Amino acid sequence: MNKTSFFDPWLWKMAWRDSRSNRGRLLLFVSSIIVGIAALVAINSFGRNLEETIRTESRSIVGADLVLSSRSPFPEEVEARIAEWPAEEAREVSFASMAYFPRVDNTRLITVRALEGNYPFYGTLETTPAEAADNFRKDGSALVDYSVILQYELEIGDTVKLGNQGFAIAGYLQKVPGQAEAASMVAPRIYIPMDQLENTGLIRFGSRVNHRKLFKFEDSGEMAGLLEGMEALNRKHRIRSRTAEQQGAGVGSAAGNMYGFLNLVAFIALLLGSIGVASAIHVYIKMKLPSLAVLRCVGARIRQTFYIYLIQTLVIGAIGSVVGVILGVAIQVLLPDLFAALLPVQVDFSISWRSAIEGLIVGLGICMLFALLPLLTVRKVSPLSAIRTNIESQTDGRDPLRLLLYAIIAIAATAFAISQTARVDVGLSFIAGVAIAFAALSALALLLMWAVKRFFPSGWRYEWRQSLANLYRPNNQTLVLMLSIGLGTFLISTLYFTQDTLLSQVATLDRDKQPNLMMFDIQADQVEGVEELVRSFDLPVIQNVPIVTTRLAAIKGRTVEELDADSTSKIRGWALKREYRVTYRDTLFSTEEVVEGEWIGRMPADSDTLYVSLETGIVRDLDVKLGDQLTFDVQGVQMPAIVKSIRKVDWQRVQPNFFAVFPRGVIDDAPQFNVLVTRVADQAQSSQLQQAMVKAFPNVSSVDLDLILKTVEKIIDQISFVIRFMALFSILTGLIVLSAAVITTRYQRIRESVLLRTLGAVKQQVNRIMILEYFYLGALAGLTGMLLSLLSSWALAYFMFDLTFVPSIQPLAIILALVVTMTVGLGMLNSRKIADRPPLEILRNEV
Amino acid sequence: MNKSIVLRVSNLVKEYQSGSRRLRVLDDISFDIEQGTTGAIVGPSGSGKTTLLALCAGLDQATSGQVEVNGISVAGLSEDERSVLRNEQIGFVFQNFQLMPTLTALENVMVPLELRGERKVRDKAASMLEKVGLGDRLSHYPVQLSGGEQQRVALARAFINDPQILFADEPTGNLDEDTGEKVTELLFDLNADSGTTLLLVTHDLDLAARTGRIIRLKGGRIVSDELTGVADERLV
Repeated sequence: MNKTSFFDPWLWKMAWRDSRSNRGRLLLFVSSIIVGIAALVAINSFGRNLEETIRTESRSIVGADLVLSSRSPFPEEVEARIAEWPAEEAREVSFASMAYFPRVDNTRLITVRALEGNYPFYGTLETTPAEAADNFRKDGSALVDYSVILQYELEIGDTVKLGNQGFAIAGYLQKVPGQAEAASMVAPRIYIPMDQLENTGLIRFGSRVNHRKLFKFEDSGEMAGLLEGMEALNRKHRIRSRTAEQQGAGVGSAAGNMYGFLNLVAFIALLLGSIGVASAIHVYIKMKLPSLAVLRCVGARIRQTFYIYLIQTLVIGAIGSVVGVILGVAIQVLLPDLFAALLPVQVDFSISWRSAIEGLIVGLGICMLFALLPLLTVRKVSPLSAIRTNIESQTDGRDPLRLLLYAIIAIAATAFAISQTARVDVGLSFIAGVAIAFAALSALALLLMWAVKRFFPSGWRYEWRQSLANLYRPNNQTLVLMLSIGLGTFLISTLYFTQDTLLSQVATLDRDKQPNLMMFDIQADQVEGVEELVRSFDLPVIQNVPIVTTRLAAIKGRTVEELDADSTSKIRGWALKREYRVTYRDTLFSTEEVVEGEWIGRMPADSDTLYVSLETGIVRDLDVKLGDQLTFDVQGVQMPAIVKSIRKVDWQRVQPNFFAVFPRGVIDDAPQFNVLVTRVADQAQSSQLQQAMVKAFPNVSSVDLDLILKTVEKIIDQISFVIRFMALFSILTGLIVLSAAVITTRYQRIRESVLLRTLGAVKQQVNRIMILEYFYLGALAGLTGMLLSLLSSWALAYFMFDLTFVPSIQPLAIILALVVTMTVGLGMLNSRKIADRPPLEILRNEV
Repeated sequence: MNKSIVLRVSNLVKEYQSGSRRLRVLDDISFDIEQGTTGAIVGPSGSGKTTLLALCAGLDQATSGQVEVNGISVAGLSEDERSVLRNEQIGFVFQNFQLMPTLTALENVMVPLELRGERKVRDKAASMLEKVGLGDRLSHYPVQLSGGEQQRVALARAFINDPQILFADEPTGNLDEDTGEKVTELLFDLNADSGTTLLLVTHDLDLAARTGRIIRLKGGRIVSDELTGVADERLV
């Protein structure tokens, strides 16, 4: 007996012949993976471009080889050391402040960045006009963020007043090396030359100012050694150093996380598509069973028949993957714009061949793996079914090859998830999550089918009953549609609900009664004046609290440095090294409640021990308890204090809340500024007060909380748009799987329709049955997905965000209506004309 | 005239499990078919005719007993070996034609030869189609042919590999009387020309009467096995 070779030309010829009149259908089968491949290639290719950009342009991400930053001016000894470096130096001082635009008579919170030197050394400040980037340094003018220009319809030559000094606007700032557009949304940037900073009079004692020194080294090889020599000084003065390489790695890792996540979304689309492929090939093979049986009858060996269909799948899978890759490259063109606001670098379009080849391999691999499941049935087709139509091919669930295939699919999917996330734990968690979602959806689908069968409404009208029964008839597509539509709905609605929960939390906190305007950087000698000004507008002073900036120096006798170096310490790093803005007062606020210890409002005159009250969360993060000693560094002065009380704080109230509160009489004389909160009636009143404030107290900044809220909404919108864009791939795949499923069952539907019409059903009845069936499918899949999404949104809100989840009914209804409409629309689009044509004609043409 | 045995069926039993019951559909069937003869298996529905045909052609396996085709015991063969046996020794004609819908008439006829590994088979297949009167329909797909034409293609396919024995399962069952008559004529003519052994399964007693031997089945048993004399005359 001849050996059967996969490469036998006759097998390929036979596969080609056999695929006649089915090629369109076969292409449709694989089209469900096209979208997933496209998403994967687009994201991967974009990610690689991003990595490459970061690698080659890390210096222009920062604009310098090295950045030193500090919250206070650089001390003499640091300046002296730096002066010896063989490097060009630039200096930047930045702080939040109010800008006043006289022509439009309006104010806005901005970030002032005073610049000295030729920064950026790499890359450019992109401005309109381009020469403005140089001119502002020479003529003492300002560069203003384009968002502000747009907001107030400003023009070049207009004046912006910062503190006591007016600046002509030299140009619009479009892009600054290393800064994402989203980063400047809350406080847009205004660049001024350093020599004009003093004239503004904005920097006063206790102001919150960032100081940066930026360097360009003649020989960057020397930098590492010089930096090492500075380590002790940096630690001593709390100076942060960051090289271009480190900054690039940081940006890369953040961007990596983002595109890793998006890749997983693409992966879900791919998985969905794979199920679509498996299901479609299953139906295809069923359709081919008579031909297969005849082939076996006339002498084809098992392997020959198997190869014929394997070749068809392979070729179609390859075509699908190539189309997916091409589509992916096309989509990639869109991504740089989509991500532009979220990334600190401009990513140019270039095709990553590695990603394209990976896409091809993954597409082909997934197509083959999932198509093999139904293809294995070919091995079991009995030639007997050529003469006996009721002979079913044996589909033994214990087929060792089938079990092996399941195992390979599970291993491949896990390996792929791990490779995409580059972390074993994340990859495994993702696969577990997907498995749970798939299992839950499948279980619900099976439960529904069982329930429909078990509690069948026999009293319903015929069309309703017939269409309902179609959900569990043999060869039904209920499971695959429930999975694809359900998963798509699940993803989209989880995203929506989570976003809604987060936003509504910020937006609806008793906003009518809450403070909505906050003024900060009020100097001690301005406190009374600012209060008077606020009251002159008939506005309440809801709070006026002093703020002292401190750091922790030691906890329970161990220095912060020691604790930081101790790997066994339970203290959270961020809590140890952060800057603490503390206050002092003799009373508790209404947002606070002492849960442990005793509230001390004023230090007893005879006490030589200092007390402090801590918030419950920080007590946990600092691993301290009542009676423990913390040493605060209040601008150079070490102040040991005993934890005397622990407060629970309601952080959701919009007002200054504090981790640490001192009694009166401890830090009252430390450098400080005040924060005042009030409530304005509307935007107009807010503008009037802010303008008056800028004129009277130029250094006092106002934060309009409504504006902040809108900005937060805008940022969340931008992020969620990207996520929605990716979730769209899942939905699109779901729709294609739906179309494929409808088309694959078309023949069966035609037969049913013909039978029904032969038995006397009118066209409308046949159509009604089909519409109702798609309605059931859409509604059940949508409901299932939504049910799961409510569960996951609740879990996210409860466990991750610590919020109460209250789903809103209206969007729920809208999403469900959309899913049902799309399912019915697409179903009917693909089933059109089934009920129109004469039975005989259809039967002859569709065979 | 001494003729060799092309099909030997000995003590053939076929049982199926139907729910909790074991159903015996063929019970101790034995007969021989000689080379070049014609025969018909007749009997009422459910008498086991098609099951017997399937077992003889190696499409199914017997519960017990033996089937030998040209001296080769079917029971000892693997699935693939049985396929090769069918390809080399057996031809089929089905009631519902069973042409592959995606293949043209010519390609349908070429398949059995191509499966043998023969590659230049186009001319042979075309001349076979010519023989059945479809020389002008080579490139037509089954849906473009009438029922009678489809059955002629099926006949061409059945005879293309010069089978030792040809099994026909109700070959005229799906055709009108006139077409059925023409197909029957063609079947017997081709059979006579090629010297193939023909075993029919049919309800049609007139058709059965045109063969040399009629085996009657009832309840899975042979109730009579008679020579008609007609076929012998025809063959001689």
